[in-house]
Amino acid sequence: MTELRRVVVSSLTLGGAVGIFALSFGVASVSAGASVWQTCALSLFVFTGASQFSAMSVVGAGGSMVAAYGGAVLLAVRNLVYGLALSSSAKSMAGNLPSRLFAAHFVIDETTALALAESSPRFRKIAFWTTGIGLFTFWNLGTLIGALAGSAIDPQKFGLDIAFPAAFIVMLVPHLRSKLGRQAAALGGVLCLVSISFLPVGVPILLAATAVLVGVRNDQ
Amino acid sequence: MISEAPTNLWLMIVALAVSAYLLKMFGLVVLGSRQLPKVFDRCLGLIPAALLSALVLKDTFSVGQSLVVDARVVGFAVAVIAAWRRAPLIVVVVLAAGATAFLRAI
Repeated sequence: MTELRRVVVSSLTLGGAVGIFALSFGVASVSAGASVWQTCALSLFVFTGASQFSAMSVVGAGGSMVAAYGGAVLLAVRNLVYGLALSSSAKSMAGNLPSRLFAAHFVIDETTALALAESSPRFRKIAFWTTGIGLFTFWNLGTLIGALAGSAIDPQKFGLDIAFPAAFIVMLVPHLRSKLGRQAAALGGVLCLVSISFLPVGVPILLAATAVLVGVRNDQ
Repeated sequence: MISEAPTNLWLMIVALAVSAYLLKMFGLVVLGSRQLPKVFDRCLGLIPAALLSALVLKDTFSVGQSLVVDARVVGFAVAVIAAWRRAPLIVVVVLAAGATAFLRAI
C-alpha cells in the first residue's frame, strides 16, 4: 500500500508541476497569435510539450507553417525512442491492441521516465497510467487557463515574449550535462544565429538539427 | 503576428497532431523491442539539445530575419541564471518576464 502511494504521489506531483508549465504554454501560444481553441487543440492532440512550444515560437516569429511543423516534428522524434524503450512492457501496461493504440498518445518524457523507474510490471503499469492521465489532465487545464489569461492581457507589456526562451532554457539545462549535449547545443545555436539573416524564418531551427551529427564522430 | 491565414495554422496543428501520434505509436506498437543502432540512438538523443539551443537564441536575438539586441536580452540573462540555479519553471518565466517588462517600462 505504501509502495502504491509512493508511485501515485510521485506521478501526481509531477502532474502539478507540468500544469504550471502548461500555463506558460497557454500564455505564450496566444501571445504568438494562436486562438484559445488552437492552443487547446495543440495540448489535447499533439500532447508533447517541447514540440508545441517550438511550433508556436516559429509561428509567432512569422515563420511558415512548414518550418513550424518541421522543427516540432524533429522534437517529437524522441517519443519514438521512448516508445521503443517501453514496447517490451506494452502488453503488460496496456493489454490488447486498441488499448496499446490508446496508450501510445501518452508516450512522452515523463511517463517514460516514471514507468521505466519501476521494475515490477504491476507498478510500471500504475506509474505509466497515473502519470499519463494525471499529466494529460493538468497539461490541458493549465493550457486553457494560460490561454484565457494570455488573451486578456498585453503580452509585450508584461514581458511575456520572453516566456518561450525562458521555457526552452529550462528544458535545455538537463541536456547540457553531457559533453556531446553541450557540443550539439553550441553548434545548433551557432548554425541558427549565422543563418537567421538569410534563411526564411523558422528554417534556421531545421538547419540547427544537423548539429546532432556531432554524435556520429564520437563512435567508440 | 501570424503571416498566414488561421486556416493554415489549423492545418499545421492537425498535421503535427497526426505526426506526433504516429511517432509515439510506431515506437510502442509497431516496431516493438527492436534495438536501434548505437549511432542512430545517440544522434536522436541530441535533437533536443541542438534545437532548444537554437530556439532560445532565435527567440532572444531576432525579430523576423534581423538580429537585434533589445530588452529581451535582460530576460534571457535572468532566465539563464535562474535555470542554472535549478529554479522551477514558473519562477524562471516570472523573473525573466518581470525583468523584461521592467526594462521596457523605464
